[in-house]
Formats: sequence, structure tokens, C-alpha cells
Amino acid sequence: MATGSLGGVLLAFDTATPLVTVALHDGERVVAERLSERPMKHGEQLAPLVEAVLADAGAVRQDVTAVAVGAGPGPFTGLRVGLVTARTLGLVLEVPVYAVCTLDVLAVEAVETGAVAGRFLVATDARRKEVYLASYDDGVRVEGPVVTKPAEVASDLPVVGEGPALYPEAFPRPGGPTRPSAGWLARVVVEERAELLDPEPLYLRRPDAVAQHAPKPVS
Amino acid sequence: MSDGPLVLGIETSCDETGIGIVRGHTLLVDEVASSVEEHARFGGVVPEVASRAHLEAMVPTLERACEKAGVRLSDVDAVAVTSGPGLAGALLVGVAAAKALALGLGKPLYGVNHLAAHVAVDQLEHGPLPEPCLAMLVSGGHSSLLRVEDVTTGVEPLGATIDDAAGEAFDKVARLLGLPFPGGPHIDRAARSGNSVAIDFPRGLTARRDLERHRFDFSFSGLKTAVARWVEARERAGETVDVSDVAASFQEAVCDVLTRKAIDAAVTQGIDDILIGGGVAANSRLRAMAEERAAAKGIRVRVPRPGLCTDNGAMVAALGAELVARGRTPSALDLPADSSQPITTVVA
Ligand SMILES: [Zn+2]
Repeated sequence: MATGSLGGVLLAFDTATPLVTVALHDGERVVAERLSERPMKHGEQLAPLVEAVLADAGAVRQDVTAVAVGAGPGPFTGLRVGLVTARTLGLVLEVPVYAVCTLDVLAVEAVETGAVAGRFLVATDARRKEVYLASYDDGVRVEGPVVTKPAEVASDLPVVGEGPALYPEAFPRPGGPTRPSAGWLARVVVEERAELLDPEPLYLRRPDAVAQHAPKPVS
Repeated sequence: MSDGPLVLGIETSCDETGIGIVRGHTLLVDEVASSVEEHARFGGVVPEVASRAHLEAMVPTLERACEKAGVRLSDVDAVAVTSGPGLAGALLVGVAAAKALALGLGKPLYGVNHLAAHVAVDQLEHGPLPEPCLAMLVSGGHSSLLRVEDVTTGVEPLGATIDDAAGEAFDKVARLLGLPFPGGPHIDRAARSGNSVAIDFPRGLTARRDLERHRFDFSFSGLKTAVARWVEARERAGETVDVSDVAASFQEAVCDVLTRKAIDAAVTQGIDDILIGGGVAANSRLRAMAEERAAAKGIRVRVPRPGLCTDNGAMVAALGAELVARGRTPSALDLPADSSQPITTVVA
């Protein structure tokens, strides 16, 4: 997608972390950006934040010509709020929906702001003492994303994301942003700085459920 | 086609992604995508599996509903969604989708109570609700007796289960008898060839001392345990278990308690109309027994057709249409999904 080809505005949001980030891009630049204040309230905060960025930019819903969403990986509940919102907005506004791996957004911001260069990793919180991890070369993903234990992927490379703050022994060299921003997500999509995906969640984990083999006694 | 607002309803409180569209009291479409088969091998609904299925089903089900109803999303006057009670993660997918629709259309959003929607759906089948009416909602998730004065404002709980829901008891007993999940229809079928007085299973909370504190409450946990003990004792003794007799006797015990208490509540409240809803309302014995016993007291019974009794989008749309028609205040866009939304909160 070439710069300025959007015509109207691109609405971008990411819900793959505890916070919700929302931005509007007019094809030239980010014209509005907001971040939620309360963690783990994706379902309550996303729609009002979308309304707010539209109002901030003096835009209306009919101006939205594309939607961009972070596909994760991230905690499932919040991730789904972002994806179902993006898909449904795409349907009702009759506009395309683009998804980007949330780790790629962090990587592009880290490279563009000069925080890292060459080889580096992005590691975010996957809870359960694990991280979501991908490796990059000059901002291009070369491996991952995977979900893994920090000790198994300990590295002296610079690490973008919350990983180094959570697991300093595994990741001693922090660098770049710790959380994704929707403004950068919008730039990544408008400038096609990363692979554009279908809006499918990157769960990386199966649901916790145990198949039943035999009827259990009830008494 | 009748007049009235065109309302789209979304229901995702458990394992079915339901989209219904109504115009006033006229049902245009009721689309349901169920993930029940994905849950069958787990013997019950797995919340994460249900939530994932809702996300995948949402847009295709919306598209199918609009196509079958012959309406465009842009024609929709209001969006209603179950905001609770239900599985938190599952509700959240529906609520987020509803907000996106309301936001994208610039139309009002109503986050509604799932139980009140089970009541309102009957308007699509039998016209305006009698006011007041006595609603008995029985399903895998609820067993409640409600006094409904005006379904858009006041729903007063009279009683509820103190342990398992009625449908849960059906599922557990079905599992015990080696019948598939969900258990309701399979027990109903097996019971048809069985003897309903073969085994005298207990009727929970019907003893005099229980009636003082729990006159309109239910308890099915003791019944489920009694069935388990009975079956296990026969198996230990090397006897064969007559599945149809157990199914019929168990079903009789459940229906006996449900209808007895519903009619007692209606008589006590001076209400002439009982409405039965929820998945268990599809049970043929429950319908027959309720009609017979109510008729003896001069009470009318309304039961929507089985497809409208189970969880679906039409019931949410039906309640939404009534809220619009009566000019109730819509929900705000920061509406939360509330897994334990009280029945007294019809619109969140
Ligand atoms: Zn229900």
C-alpha cells in the first residue's frame, strides 16, 4: 500500500497487551492516538477509544477506509476483542481489514527510532512464566513468533518489548519500546513495513481442555 | 410485514453464536452457529473453545442472517446483545461485535439480560406478553421462577436453583447412562419407552421444612446423586440397568418439581399465565405435564417452539425491539460484559 493511497483514514488498534491502543492515520501521518488507562478492560475501552480518536481528528465513521489490527500473540481474551471489532467494523463499513503480528509493530518502531539495529529479538509477556518471542534482522522477522520459556531462549542480543523487564537474567540487553503503539501499527500498514496478514488471532497455544474418556461416577 | 423497528440481536453467552433479526414482533431470521460438537468430547462446554468459536462464527453468521432476512446491515435501527449472565470470555466476543456494529452504523446499542431475553422471545410466537406473567426458565445454565411485570423494566426473581441447573442434571444423568452430550434430547427420547414410576427418585426442596425457606427454589444435585447411586448399585450387583426406566423416572422427578413449583408460584402471585423458556422447555414431558396441571387451576401456559427456547439471537432481538418500542434508554459504548448480571438489570 503506497503512502496516501487510503483516501480517507486508516483506523488502527491493538489489544494484544493489557492496554488498548488506538490511532488514526490519514495516509500521510498519524492524526490521532489514544491509550487506555485501565488494564484488562479491552471490551469496555476499545469502542469508546475509537469514537474518541475519530472526534480528536474531526473525522466521522464514514471517513474510515481501512482497519488495521494487531493479531497478537497476546492474552486471548483481549486479543479477541480487537479481532472481532476489526472484522465487524470491516463488514459494516465495507472496508478492508489488515492484521499485523504485534511483535512486528514493536520491531519496526525499535528500528525506526534507532533503538536497535541488525539482529535483535522481540519478547512480550505470555504469562505462565513464558514469553512470546520472535527474532529480527534489520526489522524483518526471521524466526517466530513462538511461545517459550525465557531460559530456553536466553540471549545477549538486544531485546525489544517487556521481556527484559520481566526476565532480566534471560534478556540482559533491553532496547526500544516495551508496548506496541497503534500509531506505529498504522505506519507499518500504510508503509507496508511488515507482512500484512488476514485478521486471524495468533494464539500459539491450544485451549486448556482435557478430553473425557470414560464417564465419571457422580456420587 | 408488521411495523416496528428493525433490530439485530447477538447472543454469545455460552456455546452458540446466535444472530436474530426482528421487525417489531415479527421474526425475520434466526441464525445459529453452534460449537457443541467441539465440546462433546470434553463432556461439557469448554469456555476457551467456545470463545474461539464465537470469534470465527461472528462475521459469517452476521452475513448469513442478513442474506436470509433480505436486509442490509445499514437498514438496522438498533443493535441488542446479551451482556450477561454467561461465560465471561464468550459474552465479551458478542458485546465487542455489537459495539462495532452500533459504532459502524451510528445506531443505539442495548446490552440486555439473557434471562429477560428468554422471556421476551415468546412475543415472536404468541404476541404481546400478558402482564404480569410468571416465567419459568430452565436450561443448562439456569432454573428460575420470575415474576415479569414489564419485561423491559422489571423482572422479579421468586426462586432459583440452589445447586445444579435443571439442564445440567439432564447432562450429568445422560453421561451416567452412557447417552451423548447434550443430555436433554437423549433422555427425552429414551424416556418415551420407559416407565416413569419404575423408580421413586427424590423431589428436591419439596418437603414441608424445605418449603418454609425454599418454596420457589430448586435443587437437582441430590436427584443426580440418587440416580448415580441407583445405577452404581445395580452395576455392582451385576444387574443390567434399564436405561429407559431410569431416564423416564428421572425426567418425571424433574418435571414434577418444576411444574409443581411454577403453578404454586403463579397461584400465590395471582398470575394466570405461565411462560416456560430455556432449553429444557423443549422437553416433551415438561410441556405436557405443565399444560395438564395448569389447566386444572385455570392457568394458561405459553411455550415458544423449541428452536426459540434454546439460546438464540432472536430472543435478544425480540427484547431489543421491545426496548426500542417502549423508548428505554440505550447502553453506553463502555458497556461491560457481566458474567453474573443480575436478573433485575434488564438493560446494562
Ligand atoms: Zn439461556
